[in-house]
Amino acid sequence: MRLDTLKVLNAERAARRATILVTDVVSGEQRLVKGADIATDHLAEHLDAALRMGKSRSIEDNGRNYFLTVQAPPARIICIGAVHISQALAPMARLADFDVTIIDPRTAFATPERFPDVRLLADWPQDVLGTVGLDRYTAVCLLTHDPKIDDPALIAALKAECFYIGALGSRKTHAKRLERMMAEGFDEASLGRIHAPIGLDIGSVSPAEIAVSVLGEIIMSLRKKPLRKETGA
Amino acid sequence: MLASDEDILAKAEVWKGSGKGVAIATVIETWGSAPRPVGSHLVIDEEGNFLGSVSGGCVEGAVVAEAADVIADGKARTLEFGVADETAWRVGLSCGGRIRVYVERVD
Repeated sequence: MRLDTLKVLNAERAARRATILVTDVVSGEQRLVKGADIATDHLAEHLDAALRMGKSRSIEDNGRNYFLTVQAPPARIICIGAVHISQALAPMARLADFDVTIIDPRTAFATPERFPDVRLLADWPQDVLGTVGLDRYTAVCLLTHDPKIDDPALIAALKAECFYIGALGSRKTHAKRLERMMAEGFDEASLGRIHAPIGLDIGSVSPAEIAVSVLGEIIMSLRKKPLRKETGA
Repeated sequence: MLASDEDILAKAEVWKGSGKGVAIATVIETWGSAPRPVGSHLVIDEEGNFLGSVSGGCVEGAVVAEAADVIADGKARTLEFGVADETAWRVGLSCGGRIRVYVERVD
């Protein structure tokens, strides 16, 4: 591998952008395809499939064998609300290899004692989400029950095309949420991407059980549905 | 925490940047039960230091030894390990699987 290729590959990954290194294992010929360039590549179909699964693999095309080294950004979970469910979800999600960030402006909730070893931001979502940087490899869970706190994060998550958006609350609460989002200019197709009530229907009762259902739903969204195509660099 | 694949390739860049000869080994194919998935990396410097893994520790020694030749002559090569071949009796995969590993120099 050329050092400059390795440098670009590492830089793209640090910026949370996907790349695929295409290696002809017989000739040693090698090139790096950025996520944004996959659609126009002559191996587009192969590259797209590999990226969706997030798995490196060998492929054959036109009688030539290539190895695809897939670098998909690590998925992460952002919980809006330093609530009881988040306390259970954070350690479970970390075990499943997700980066976790908790955001809640209410300092009585957002304490390091309640959330040891987790990135915790005691701020309003609209003030910190720009820095946190939502993208299509991010899951957002809205858990405060308070539109003042949840809504700005929901708007940001819809705009960033996050692969998962889940919102806590009854169907009635959610209907009102949808009305507010319509007023913000979102159409039905984008609003249909919100999982509400949040979590798989496994009959969860306790906060920890709800956390299991949310984590299961996030993993299902990540692995079973295609990630949206990369647009722009 | 164990070194993730990210740390491993970042380390390859750092080692190369400091003037060392560096090789990257990548699992490109597995058959049967293999301890590390396709795409796993092991990076090796000219002194035999390494980071990452391509198996559960069964064949790393052989890959590191081969990497020294790759660093020396710059020729990428594909290695195969499994219970069926002769090497395997010395460094084979105890799990009974087979793997192919592509080893290339960073230039």
